[in-house]
Amino acid sequence: MIEIDGITKRYDGNTVVNNVSMMIEPRTVTVIVGTSGSGKTTLLRMINRLVEPTSGAIRLDGEDNRSMPGFELRRRIGYAIQGHGLFPHRTVAQNIATVPVLLGWDRARIDAKVAELLTLFQLDPAAFANRFPHELSGGQQQRVGVARALAAEPKVLLMDEPFGALDPIIRAKAQADLLAIQSLLGTTIVLVTHDMDEAFHLAHKIAVMDKGALVQYGKPAELVKDPATEFVQTLIGTSERPFRLLSIETAGDAVEPGPADGKPLAETISQRDALSELLWSGRAAVPVVAADGTVLGKVTLEGLTRRAAKPQ
Amino acid sequence: MRVLIPYLLRLALLVILIAFLVVPGWFDPLLKPLVRDNAPAIYNQGSLLTLTLLHLRTVAIATTGAILVAVTLAILVTRPFGAEFLPLSRSLVNIGQTFPPVAVLALAVPILGFGEKPTLVALFLYGLLPIFENTLTGLTTLPSSVMEAARGSGMTDRQRLFKVELPLAMPVILAGIRLSVVISLATATIGSTVAAKTLGEVIIAGLQSNNIAFVLQGGLIVGALAVLIYDGFSAIEHVLARRAGLPARA
Ligand SMILES: Nc1ncnc2c1ncn2[C@@H]1O[C@H](COP(=O)(O)OP(=O)(O)OP(=O)(O)O)[C@@H](O)[C@H]1O
Ligand SMILES: [Mg+2]
Repeated sequence: MIEIDGITKRYDGNTVVNNVSMMIEPRTVTVIVGTSGSGKTTLLRMINRLVEPTSGAIRLDGEDNRSMPGFELRRRIGYAIQGHGLFPHRTVAQNIATVPVLLGWDRARIDAKVAELLTLFQLDPAAFANRFPHELSGGQQQRVGVARALAAEPKVLLMDEPFGALDPIIRAKAQADLLAIQSLLGTTIVLVTHDMDEAFHLAHKIAVMDKGALVQYGKPAELVKDPATEFVQTLIGTSERPFRLLSIETAGDAVEPGPADGKPLAETISQRDALSELLWSGRAAVPVVAADGTVLGKVTLEGLTRRAAKPQ
Repeated sequence: MRVLIPYLLRLALLVILIAFLVVPGWFDPLLKPLVRDNAPAIYNQGSLLTLTLLHLRTVAIATTGAILVAVTLAILVTRPFGAEFLPLSRSLVNIGQTFPPVAVLALAVPILGFGEKPTLVALFLYGLLPIFENTLTGLTTLPSSVMEAARGSGMTDRQRLFKVELPLAMPVILAGIRLSVVISLATATIGSTVAAKTLGEVIIAGLQSNNIAFVLQGGLIVGALAVLIYDGFSAIEHVLARRAGLPARA
């Protein structure tokens, strides 16, 4: 649980974050969106005290984040940034081991953790552990950056536009991996992005910042249904509304009983992608299968259309 | 084969240098045409090898001092608490570089006496600037995302300095040390005007007795040392920079 309580940050009289309060539930993904300069990064960096607030308090599981030195706090909180920030003079394994080494873990535990994380991020430890960051592709560097942030098993992971530098295909893969890892480890993630598609895909809750103020904080569907301000409306995009709704949940959530013909869809894809598939293949229904291949039922054009309509 | 040529040339230079210092007599026929009458062609007022080693020792001591002071100073003025001293320390170090070493010798002799000491002071002051400026450059041009990650992962100020900043700045710092050493190698010769034991002795003896062979061999030994040491440092910088995945900065 992260409690942000009346947080304000001023630089030379310039209010950059203005009296923001929000509660972040444990084991959820919260995405902060807003235009450039709206204070997203500043708000995020006040959680691990890379920036000290002018007023207000932030509590992690009830404990004020100023109750310990900043560097100790930061060892407990994962931090991943755009452009990954890997140490160029250290190998992949040494990069991932950064925080465990600072915490004084023993060698065997560190090695095991590095191997575990590399495997989790689909990087073969034998091939990658001893490479230097410049010997990796952008997507691989980014995965190592997130692995490093998770190495000391933090309860909280802060991410500032972590996928901003990736191409669309690699980015979609990175997002899917992040969701899988988040539900596996139960990490509380706070992520900043410019990309509304990414926000709707990842978020349990979205926080919208505008000129330093938190203008709306709620579930993605609530933002679509009741945008608090004109600005939120614009950010979501009026013509995008039905598709935003469909991109929140998965095909598995829209399954109806009954058979359907043709190539099945995975239950994990978004309803938006399912609709796209139905429209493209000219079918009215398509079977949905679990990862192990069992047929769960079907999704239908009619069912999805109903789900895309303005919530009552 | 072609890539080997530069290495072979340097190896040859090293071999010739060592041979010249150990058995200078072999080179007598080469230098003989430069001297008139029966003047000696090879320096005969002391061992060339000993002078070379003393010359190197003087440079090594002065450079070590300059490294310690310049790097420490650069680290201090790039910390938040030292930032306001940056302009002041820059001017001080610049004065050290612009003040002619000869003048430093003249001023230092009355205080320190003749010999190695005033030479060390002159070389030390003269060698500060390149090391200081390069260390500053190295420490202030680190990639911001890397510094951000270092802070974000919970390194203390000291850990950031020793684990991230200095290792990443090392190739640039070494380039500064290399420049400083080469300048000192040449400048150390003037130490012999105040009776320091350096290769300058050979050159001065040549000037006094109008013996071109002496001047030439003194100059050539210094030149060969400079080339070899310069290349050695460049090679280390290159290896460090490549290992770190950094662009090899000159
Ligand atoms: N150290 C600082 N000193 C002065 N002003 C700052 C500082 N850091 C940030 N600001 C200002 O605070 C405002 C918010 O910056 P912030 O980085 O939080 O925005 P952001 O929402 O993350 O923007 P972007 O989407 O472009 O990353 C900006 O106007 C910025 O210029
Ligand atoms: Mg930002």
